[in-house]
Amino acid sequence: MIAEAGHYALVLALALALIQSFVPMIGARLRDSALMNVARSTALAQLVFVGASFIALVTLHVNSDFSVANVYENSHSMKPLIYKITGVWGNHEGSMLLWVSILALFGGLVAAFGNNLPLSLRAHVLAVQAWIASAFYLFILITSNPFLRIVNPPIEGRDLNPVLQDIGLAVHPPMLYLGYVGFSISFSFAIAALIEGRIDAAWARWVRPWTLVAWIFLTLGIAMGSYWAYYELGWGGWWFWDPVENASLMPWLAGTALLHSALVMEKRNALKVWTILLSILTFSLSLLGTFLVRSGVITSVHAFANDPTRGVFILLILCLFIGGSLSLFAGRATSLKQGGLFAPISREGALVLNNLLLTVACAVVLFGTLYPLAMEVLADFKMSVGAPFYNLSFVPLFVLLLLAVPFGPMLAWKRGDLLGVTQRLLAAGVAGLVVIAIVWAWTRGGSALAPLAIGLGVFVIAGAATDLAERTGLFRLPFATTLRRARGLPRSAWGTVFAHAGLGVALIGIVCETTWNTEYIATMKPNDVAQVAGYDLKLDGLLERQGPNYREMIAQFNVSRDGEALSVMTPSKRSFTTRGSSTTEAALLTRGASQLYISLGDVTAEGAIAVRIYHKPLVLMIWWGPVLMAFGGVLSLSDRRLRVGAPKPARAKQRLQPAE
Amino acid sequence: MTLWFVFALMTVAAIFAVLWPLGRGARPDNQGSEVAVYKDQLAEIERDLAAGLIALPEAEAARVEISRRLLAAAGSESGLVLTSSLKWRRAAAVLALVGLPLVAAAIYVPLGSPALRDFPLAQRERGAGSGMAQSLENLVVQVQQHLEKNPTDGRGWNVLAPVLERLGRFDEAVRAYRSSITYNGESAERRSDLGEAITAAASGVVTAEAKTEFERAHALNADDPKANYFLGLAAEQDGRKDDAANIWRALLAKAPADAPWRPLVQTSLARVGGGVTMPALSDETIAASKEMNDGDRNAMVRGMVERLATRLKQNGDDVEGWLRLVRAYLVMGDRDKAQAASTDARQAIAKDSERLRRLNEGLKTLGLDG
Repeated sequence: MIAEAGHYALVLALALALIQSFVPMIGARLRDSALMNVARSTALAQLVFVGASFIALVTLHVNSDFSVANVYENSHSMKPLIYKITGVWGNHEGSMLLWVSILALFGGLVAAFGNNLPLSLRAHVLAVQAWIASAFYLFILITSNPFLRIVNPPIEGRDLNPVLQDIGLAVHPPMLYLGYVGFSISFSFAIAALIEGRIDAAWARWVRPWTLVAWIFLTLGIAMGSYWAYYELGWGGWWFWDPVENASLMPWLAGTALLHSALVMEKRNALKVWTILLSILTFSLSLLGTFLVRSGVITSVHAFANDPTRGVFILLILCLFIGGSLSLFAGRATSLKQGGLFAPISREGALVLNNLLLTVACAVVLFGTLYPLAMEVLADFKMSVGAPFYNLSFVPLFVLLLLAVPFGPMLAWKRGDLLGVTQRLLAAGVAGLVVIAIVWAWTRGGSALAPLAIGLGVFVIAGAATDLAERTGLFRLPFATTLRRARGLPRSAWGTVFAHAGLGVALIGIVCETTWNTEYIATMKPNDVAQVAGYDLKLDGLLERQGPNYREMIAQFNVSRDGEALSVMTPSKRSFTTRGSSTTEAALLTRGASQLYISLGDVTAEGAIAVRIYHKPLVLMIWWGPVLMAFGGVLSLSDRRLRVGAPKPARAKQRLQPAE
Repeated sequence: MTLWFVFALMTVAAIFAVLWPLGRGARPDNQGSEVAVYKDQLAEIERDLAAGLIALPEAEAARVEISRRLLAAAGSESGLVLTSSLKWRRAAAVLALVGLPLVAAAIYVPLGSPALRDFPLAQRERGAGSGMAQSLENLVVQVQQHLEKNPTDGRGWNVLAPVLERLGRFDEAVRAYRSSITYNGESAERRSDLGEAITAAASGVVTAEAKTEFERAHALNADDPKANYFLGLAAEQDGRKDDAANIWRALLAKAPADAPWRPLVQTSLARVGGGVTMPALSDETIAASKEMNDGDRNAMVRGMVERLATRLKQNGDDVEGWLRLVRAYLVMGDRDKAQAASTDARQAIAKDSERLRRLNEGLKTLGLDG
């Protein structure tokens, strides 16, 4: 009964979404409050039904009900409880159900907490949400139904892909989906604004928290996914320019640009066209990501369930929404009211530059992702675009962006003084140069670019600190005043500082890891000692252990440095009988921000084992950076105050540029 | 029955979600407006000014800008009054009452299986008679689960291995036989059973690995019929017809008259005849070749094989022809050429899926691409 009730709940959610798709639209046209309010109750009811459906699927997985095909194919009665639950979204059907559940969650949140929205805007936003929801409910029910049954249920399931039997699966997909799907709200707001023909600073105020939430989760989701790949795949790599990683990076780049231009719109009523276009673009890229992962057009580590027939359906949804929204945009963009004016050198101008760099970087990634696909389809020619391409195209763009980041927040609104800002950033620049010199002198090895890049990272961090010092009047005013001003500073300003500093932190981590990472690959026998980056790793022995649904071979390493014993590391290889496959569980030893990393290969006939040992200096900073960025986002989100960008009054007559 | 009751309740709840707002009167709703946002922004400026975050001239400029927006917003909002359209509300209510259940039924009925009960694991373990198919496969799973927990139970492996082999799960059978040998100790019978499973996994080709097992069995018990039979087969597949015939003849000589495997060995012996046939070729050829000496015969066979290869190069549609060619190469002990021929064959008939299927099946029985 649980299975069928869950199935029916999903069907009812579709029926409600269909009603929500157009009844509120008619209501908004007639200005009838009851019809408009239908959006609210149906959105909440949809959340209840999809939630029930999702809980039903979780229950089925937990109870190991193999009369449900999805459970049979992806679960096993011996699996630990946590993986029974996470296994729900460790497969195509379940992950799509999670996708719509989060979509319904966001719709429900707008319905529940959207009291500050004008009635017609809320009705339109929820109606657009319902269009998206209807399309995906149909997709799930028709092509990837998780509730299909097996008449003669088998006694045991086929188990979950062992690579996915990890705590990472509990965190990475839900976070990523909260990010992807969260951007559907800004999309809906943009479409609603285009339909109503009204867009202004108030609109940006209303859409701000939703965009921020989505951005925070996407940032954390990508970082988490990268860390997961780092420790689970056993190669010590943390970013592969895999099409699926790109698919999550693209919405992040566009979403970051959206976040910044929505800010300009709220504060200064400018950059309207940018904001609308970026809202559409960000969600379109999220949909594209879904298409790339779910259709099977690409083969990657994520292709745990793909099927070309589903691809056609998603492609259809993709064309409908991207095509439809862009045509609406083309038709309505000209009617948008002209926004505020600003000089090219100003905070607004800096943010336009930021948008330009981010969207071009996004376009580069898009090109790198789709070009090989296009070549394969059109010219029947297999190729892959990897790190060299992105190093030549994406990296220079980001270097430019990072150079500009400290300038942005310090320029005044409307008209800025570049020379003045440069002077104030002098200290940060000097800090960067000093670090370059120190690193250069210290290492004398590796790439000549590495010290420069580290200097850039330091410049970004110091720039963020300078901005804070300027705002609080540190060193200029008495300390007590500074403290008072720091307390009075809006939390969003603190958020900016943390988020920008996070960029610098991540950059330093990336450069250190790629330049000075040491690698040791060998076959070791018990009592052999490997020396890596000053550490001595002694292989004590190999032992076997029986896990709940796997057998495990553990290698035990004693780690010491200069004769002083530090720790014991136990990398292992697990073999899963049901799927007949095995995984490598790397062992990590964290020392400050650096890590030692051991992963096992095969055992040779003589009882020796192949091992890969890496020392990765400052590698953790790669993920601390995004966490810092997300923390900045949370600070900014917690700031309920209105955002006002006070313009710098004109001293002399200056020629102003139109906003777009 | 309960299920339908639950469905009905859920449907009613869904309908209610649509009807509820429609039923409420046109009382003024609390809703936000742009004016409110701009008023808040003005208040924000005062707060920033008081905290010393912005200077007075900047605050003044901001105030002017926001006031301008406030006026514009107030002007556009005053023209909007809420109306209530009874006709449309009724239409929406009808849609909810009739349309919603219809849509739900139309989608659920073809997709759902309302007649099927849940089968959670706990219930399954309590009683097997609950309609659960107690098929052989399910029994195998139960034994496997037992062995997963007690991998040293040799008797369990002994029971499981032949069942797996009969089910065609040869790779698993090989593992099971190996475990059986590990935990029960070795015997000629177990060794040759293992060899048989390996052979079956390789689609009937006695691989080097399998041969080792048969040789071990033979060393343990020189009279083990299975080991002897397969050693003969290995010899045949290696192209050593005479050896094969000798092994099988010896086997038959020692065998009891009522041994069930006698006919099989006899057929095999007949296949290798006096140790002279090339099974790849037709009967007439074999008859003709019988009158020749070894050198001539080989030359003739090679010539025929070459002719067949040339013919197939010109006209590659003939699946049986390709299979005959591959088999001939295999019998002549030329595995590389056999592989090459099968690749050529695939290319030649790649466009015809039906033929390709037949070819692949044929190749499988020959032990290529096992």
